[in-house]
Amino acid sequence: MDKNMKILIVDDFSTMRRIIKNLLRDLGFTNTDEADDGNTAMPMLKTGKYDFLVTDWNMPGMSGFDLLKNVRADDQLKTLPILMVTAEAKRDQIVAAAQAGVNGYIIKPFTAAVLKEKIEKIFERIQ
Amino acid sequence: MSKSTDERHALEPELTAKLKQQSEQLVESVHAGDYSRAMAMISELAEVRNQGLYHEVGRLTRSLHEARRNFQIDPRNPEQQEALSKMTDASDRLEYVVKMTGEAANRTMDLVEESMPVARHLQDEAQDLHQQWQRLRRRDMEPTEFRELHARMDQFLVALSTDAGKLYGNLSEVLLAQDYQDLTGQVIQNVITLVRKVEDNLVSLVVMAGHVDQLTGTVHQIEDNQPSAEQGVGPQIMPEQRKDVLSGQDDVDDLLSSLGF
Repeated sequence: MDKNMKILIVDDFSTMRRIIKNLLRDLGFTNTDEADDGNTAMPMLKTGKYDFLVTDWNMPGMSGFDLLKNVRADDQLKTLPILMVTAEAKRDQIVAAAQAGVNGYIIKPFTAAVLKEKIEKIFERIQ
Repeated sequence: MSKSTDERHALEPELTAKLKQQSEQLVESVHAGDYSRAMAMISELAEVRNQGLYHEVGRLTRSLHEARRNFQIDPRNPEQQEALSKMTDASDRLEYVVKMTGEAANRTMDLVEESMPVARHLQDEAQDLHQQWQRLRRRDMEPTEFRELHARMDQFLVALSTDAGKLYGNLSEVLLAQDYQDLTGQVIQNVITLVRKVEDNLVSLVVMAGHVDQLTGTVHQIEDNQPSAEQGVGPQIMPEQRKDVLSGQDDVDDLLSSLGF
């Protein structure tokens, strides 16, 4: 796993973005950017050459689920690994996210160990 | 439960008695071929219905006034209406909670981010010195190196004391930053009390309006406005009591692996 990979963190709460950014830094990933919803994230993804996307689900503007669908529908972005970190815990939602092509799903509140495990799993499967 | 709902929705006994009596008389008149009396009965029946309706609308209006007074909205001054509304106050209070919790989270993270490199630096230095120390114990050290270690050890002990003091101070501040819980807890309790009161008042208004609906024969089509799962619904409260909600990361992992993840 390339520790220098470029990661976009999308969450409407700056505190949560900061927590994820800190946890990623502890795991050795320091090349991170932030966006506060899907509408802000989409243009960044299109121009920024990101290697990994970590997104919340429930956000004003474009939700994380719509962001997931938009990324999978975009020819250039469709293979981008996506990890959802969200409070959404309904069975139907998780099934929908899986069908839409999410690579990992973490429900809040979560631990640093879970984040590490899921990221490792995602990149193990890709390589 | 359904019995008490029936009772609440029932019309006045006086009204229903009159309705029964007069409709029986109406049927009798029609059977006897006395149509002019039958027409008079129909108009009397309409009168009973109208009186009931006026009565219920009157009660509904009084309740509305009552409810408005309970929410402390002063209708005489439109500008003050909003300012005096407890609901507006409740929104402000909740915004205050969002602000306070946000500030506390950021303050805590500031202190943690400041402390982590300090702890990491102490750890690195201690590990390095420990290695040197072991070399000394093995007598595997030149005199010049020993003098260096001696000076470094001295510096480290001074730094250890300063940095530990710094970490202790930061931890105390993290502790203090949690004081929002007391304040926001009180604010949220107040808002909960207000929401309960509003709900009680709304329920009695709905019961009143139900009487008017009965008298006018109105049937409402109520749309189910559930928040869309696609947009996201936020955290689930008490997930263990709901079948459609997973209660933790283990459940999510099980579900995903059953889907071939």
